[in-house]
Amino acid sequence: MTAEPISTAPVTSAAAHRGSLALEAIGLSKDFRLGQGKTLHAVRDVSLGLYKGAVVALVGESGSGKSTVARMLAGQERPTAGLITLDGQPVSVAGLGEFRRYKSEVQYVFQDPFSSLNPVHSVGYHLSRPVKLHQGHGVNVRQQVIALLEQVRLTPAAQFVTKYPHELSGGQRQRVSFARALAAQPKVLLADEPVSMLDVSIRLEMLNLLDDLRKRLSLALLYITHDIASARYFADEVLVMYAGQVVERGPAEEVTQQPAHPYTQLLIASAPDPDNLGSVLKSGNSAARAGGTASGPAATGCPFSTRCPLADDKCRAENPALHQLTAVRAAACWRLSEAAPALAGGAA
Amino acid sequence: MTPVLDIRYLSVSYRTPDGDVRAVSHVNLALRPGEVVGLCGESGSGKSTLAYGACRLLRPPAVITGGRVLYSGKRTGTVTPVDILRVPQRDLRAIRWQDIAIVFQSAMNALNPVLRVRDQILDVIAAHLRLPRAEAHEKAAKLLDLVGIPRDRLRSYPHELSGGMRQRVMIAMALATDPEVVIMDEPTTALDVVVQRDILAQIVELKDRLGFSVLFITHDMSLLLELADRIAVMYAGQLLEVGSSAAIKDAPAHPYTQGLLRSFPSLRGARRDLAGIPGSPPDLRDPAPGCPFIPRCGYAVAACSEVDMSLAAVPGGTDPLHVTACPIVSPAGIQAVTNAVVPEAAHGVPQEGARS
Repeated sequence: MTAEPISTAPVTSAAAHRGSLALEAIGLSKDFRLGQGKTLHAVRDVSLGLYKGAVVALVGESGSGKSTVARMLAGQERPTAGLITLDGQPVSVAGLGEFRRYKSEVQYVFQDPFSSLNPVHSVGYHLSRPVKLHQGHGVNVRQQVIALLEQVRLTPAAQFVTKYPHELSGGQRQRVSFARALAAQPKVLLADEPVSMLDVSIRLEMLNLLDDLRKRLSLALLYITHDIASARYFADEVLVMYAGQVVERGPAEEVTQQPAHPYTQLLIASAPDPDNLGSVLKSGNSAARAGGTASGPAATGCPFSTRCPLADDKCRAENPALHQLTAVRAAACWRLSEAAPALAGGAA
Repeated sequence: MTPVLDIRYLSVSYRTPDGDVRAVSHVNLALRPGEVVGLCGESGSGKSTLAYGACRLLRPPAVITGGRVLYSGKRTGTVTPVDILRVPQRDLRAIRWQDIAIVFQSAMNALNPVLRVRDQILDVIAAHLRLPRAEAHEKAAKLLDLVGIPRDRLRSYPHELSGGMRQRVMIAMALATDPEVVIMDEPTTALDVVVQRDILAQIVELKDRLGFSVLFITHDMSLLLELADRIAVMYAGQLLEVGSSAAIKDAPAHPYTQGLLRSFPSLRGARRDLAGIPGSPPDLRDPAPGCPFIPRCGYAVAACSEVDMSLAAVPGGTDPLHVTACPIVSPAGIQAVTNAVVPEAAHGVPQEGARS
């Protein structure tokens, strides 16, 4: 099994118009050794840019490599290949000091607010540590902590300082996580499924809060999710990942309304559709199960070829590169003229 | 048609040193043969407690403080329904799983990791069917056929199966005894959307083929709208609204239901304004009188704190069984409520145009 070289099409990010480039990943790859000579290509040649004041969504199923991308961007995982730049400078996180400096610019928000806060420490402790660490000496720590809590709308802030995680609801805990990330006054926020553990009724409030913070603080935000519908509402650009590769990228509205790649099409067709009351689900139509889930990604060729209804011999033999569709859209598929005839016409 | 499962005025409390937590209060819910009823609510709303309470599966400190659960299936008295809460322990064992089966939450952890799939299915068969050995093995293989898993997977351990496959095994086990009611507690929550749709389609297909009824518990309203025949909306241990999927979607009567419908983004059609529901659910240890939703409700009036939370028909609807506990609802009320919603959504996720 060899990783095939995949070139990246020169697409402009749909998020680029929002602000200047903050964090960029160029040709990022990550292999994990599994032993017995086997290698897992968790991420293959992923390029993306995070722009100030813009949201880029990374969408994919579990195991698609989206969290690995985020962990590499956060400096927690070293890429096997590829380059990460922050404000145009290549990132190095070799030493502890460098790692800490990088962390003050790029912060990570974890998925599970129930396990990412330490149960024996108060909210105030959780927030004062990063304030002391990243904002240096001479700041009024308590004042900063109160300001952070107000920023994530945990008011009255003074009351929350002394509370412990078990006294907070899931939504409140996730607000504390946001505040903790903001304590470092970062430029970039990497949010790994920030709302998937929360109840539906408070998810939107959280996304609105993130959106508000993005605007007020000009944050460059990476939003990782398996829920492509929320990406439609929240993100400027959507990148769809499958088996470690970006198979499609483009403006959120365009990708969700007119998906080009067969995988994106399957993903969108599979999402619950509340407007479709008499759906195939009700009649138990097994046509809804076309696309199949029994098979994993292919080892050679296009990884989606094992599940793709359009796959032919070429798909099974050669891995397609991202193919530019418009100035801001690209998809990696050999059969684009069948998968998305309306779009493929404009292809080079 | 006689309901196959009829929950009447069921109340469940958790006894704690600080007083009783009224997890479920006076819930009425009927499940008719062949029907999919969706039970929708956020975490802590009591939806799982309701389902487990109805099967007498709760352990102390949970106490069933009142109500009846009438089961009238083809095997046990179609003439006189059986009250599950009062049958002797021995009969209860016969009813549970054989007549009423449960697919538990998080299939990832529900299977025993050190036993092969086959042995776990054989356990079920041995406990409830008493088949000869060869027949039992054949039955186990047939059950996997039913849910579309290759027979050679019988020899697999749970960790060798994907999440979707494990969930299918759980469904196969629930269906081993040809039950009449299958309770599914968030069966697809941890799964990817593609796998989720796959499994839901399979559940519906099996339901049509085998003719069981489904009580489907989830917090995902968007899923229920597509899947369920009727939807019951639960909040703070009480049902706030019950109606057909169409009625719930097109004419939601309770402000909480309306809030839920505005809480999830949609993939298709024009972008809708979204607002979510600010605030958090009440403390069930010391419930305020009247409607539990008052603190989060934008339309609460004085009368709301005196309402007894019994479900009354929604006037003017197309669904005669559409009921709600909200006292301020009338056809005009619905109109006023839906109209009033629009300006409020201004603080929602960016609207159309703001983003292109």
